[in-house]
Order: sequence, then structure tokens, then C-alpha cells
Amino acid sequence: MQRRDFIALTALGGGAVFASGLAGCATRADGMAAASDFYFVQLSDTHWGYQGPANPDAAVTLRKAVATVNALPTPPEFIVFTGDLTHTTDDPVERRRRLAEFKTIVADLKVKTVRFMPGEHDASLDRGAAYKEHFGETFYAFDHKGVHFIAVDNVSDPGAKIGDEQLAWLRADLARFDKQTPIVVLTHRPLFDLAPKWDWATRDGAQAIELLMPHANVTVFYGHIHQEHHQMTGHIAHHSAKSLIFPLPAPGSQPNRTPLPWDASAPYKGLGFREIEAEAAGNALKVTEFPVVRA
Amino acid sequence: MTAPHTGRRRALRGVFAFAGAAALVRTGLAQQTAEPRVIEMTAHRFAYEPNEIALRAGERVVVAIRSLDFVHGMNIPDLGMRLDLVPGRVTRLELQPKAPGTIDFVCDNFCGDGHEQMHGRFVVSASR
Repeated sequence: MQRRDFIALTALGGGAVFASGLAGCATRADGMAAASDFYFVQLSDTHWGYQGPANPDAAVTLRKAVATVNALPTPPEFIVFTGDLTHTTDDPVERRRRLAEFKTIVADLKVKTVRFMPGEHDASLDRGAAYKEHFGETFYAFDHKGVHFIAVDNVSDPGAKIGDEQLAWLRADLARFDKQTPIVVLTHRPLFDLAPKWDWATRDGAQAIELLMPHANVTVFYGHIHQEHHQMTGHIAHHSAKSLIFPLPAPGSQPNRTPLPWDASAPYKGLGFREIEAEAAGNALKVTEFPVVRA
Repeated sequence: MTAPHTGRRRALRGVFAFAGAAALVRTGLAQQTAEPRVIEMTAHRFAYEPNEIALRAGERVVVAIRSLDFVHGMNIPDLGMRLDLVPGRVTRLELQPKAPGTIDFVCDNFCGDGHEQMHGRFVVSASR
């Protein structure tokens, strides 16, 4: 995959994540799977069903992103959606309709290995009931070419808690792996207190970070805040993805977290790479995307 | 890293709560024994009413909060504390601000399409 392909993809709101170099894995002799280069695509916060001035193009934005992913010369090995697949509604019937429509749209992705997880818009009002009907469990783990992926649900509880049961599961899951195994955590909300005044946090996220901390190679990819953001908690890197519906302001940059206005002269401004492309786009991607897989 | 403040948070349901964080301290015996001013507040989708409350530094107040429709949250990050506002109960929050300033609060229990707009603040002016 060429760098220009990556830029083209992110201009529509996704984050392409390269896994490369996986130091410490390829030569291990303890039975751990050998790693090899691969890449996957992260899409987030599609908010299917949203109608409003922040994105008058909402009915087609997701479809355009699907087409862009399908047009990549080298398809990713898998795709992840890190939550807020749909926009929230109080109506359980409408919630299910939106989830079903979303599922139908993304079924057009040529890459058939697609991992989903909920956001609070999908799951908080019914504790994940409708989401589970369409996409299965809200937290799970899988392995891919020497990297252990963990999807953490911090939204089915409306109070943004992972909860004791899931934390116990996380502890047990992590215990199965060597401390040097590359670990990628996929989640919706930031696990750290990014901006509690804007509810950009996970109430018991510090406990998850504490469990992850003994592992040497951990990277977290999340959504929720509708913009790129990169932060370290100790040696753990946290990277948020852009949205496919509307951008939100930088954490704490204004009194309220209202969507940035739609710019008709630049319809996808803020949804993709365009916002930072002028600032040496490749450098930013390299800093934020590569550490996970090269650790 | 932003220091997680989860450990400082306290779930206070239907109790008389005193905020002991740095911004709010007890200021003297005479004020401790005086009856605090009671401020009524409601919480509903997707607002606190009132959502801006004027206080004076050193003044003891009790914010008596009734939730009308949902277990809304009231997170006050500057004070390292939060409340669950359970419908059918009156949740009482005692405050005694030490110095002028603004203290923001936000609903941190996702309550629907409009949750992101549910917030407010205490505006503390200098004591008379």
C-alpha cells in the first residue's frame, strides 16, 4: 500500500493503521505466533441515522467511505469499527432499523473480516441489547499474526463503566500472554481522562490501564471524540480516530462540545485527513499509527 | 498523562454531600452553624434547571436536585466528585466555595440525543 492510498482513505474519515516490524515477535521460540507485516483499517463514529446541519451529506457519507476502502489497491486484512455505528434514538424499533441499515451498507465492503464494537449511541440506552442482536458480544478478543486484539466495551453501561465483570475478563485474557506480546486495544471512549468536563472519559478506565500497564507493547485505538488525538499514559499510546459524520472541537477548546459547522465549500473538512494534511500529513500518521505495530 | 481522578470520585446518592476538594473548604465555625441557603434544581433530558448558579465565596449552600426522567449524572471534575441523580429522590449537594471562579458540571450518564448539551456551572463571585 502506497502512502498516497493511505492519505486518500483518511480524507474520508478513516484511520489506516499499519502493523509492521513487530519487534520481539517474529523470532520468538516460545510458541507465540510469528508476526508479519499487515494493515487494518479503523473506521469510527459513523452515526448512521443522524440528521442535522452538522452533516447534510449524512445519507451518503458512509457509503462513500465504503467505496473508498473498497478502492484501495491493496485491501486491508481486516476492518474495525470503533463504535457509534448509529446515532442514538429513544425508539427501540428505530434503533434496530438503523443498526440493520448500517449492517447492510457495510456488507458492501469487499474485505469480509470486519470487527464491530458499540458506542454509547448504539448501546447505552438499552445496555447493548439491540446491538448484540445484530453484532454479537460487545467485548471480545482475537489474534492476528502475532498481535493480540482486545475490544473493550465502555459504553453499554450508560455511566461509561467497563464494569467489574469485564475487568475480570480482561485480567484473565491478558494473563494468557507474554508481557512482550503486542497488544492492541480497541474501544470507543478514551480509557484515560481526556476531558471529563465533556464526558470524554471512562469512569473506571484507570483500572483497565492498570491491567494493561505490565505489558510492554500496548496501543489503544478509540473513537468517540470525532478527531485525531494522540496521548500517552506511561508507555501506552492512545490514538483516537476521526468520525464519518461530523467533527468535534479539540478537547476543552471551547465551553461546549458542539459539532463543528458543516463547511459547504469543503464538505468533508474535519472528517478525514484533510484537517492535518497541510501539517506534513505523513509525519502525523507515522507518529500515531506506527508505534502499535512496531513496538 | 492526565491523572485519572476516578479514585477521587464519590458516588453520593440521596445524601447530604460535602465537597472537600481544594476549591471548597469550610471557612469558620460561625458559618458552619448557620443554615445553608437551599437552591432547588431539576435535571431532565437534556438540561439542568437552572444550569447556571451564582454563589458567593464562603457561602454555604445546599443544591437540592430532583431528576424527573432518568438517572442523570452530575460530574464535577474540578471537585473530583460525581452524583447519580435518581428519579424519585432528592439528591443534596452541599457546597461552600472558597474563592471566586467557575465550577463546571456535566451529565455523565448517557441519556439520549441531547446528552452532550446537558451541562451547567456554578459561578462564584467574591464575598460581600
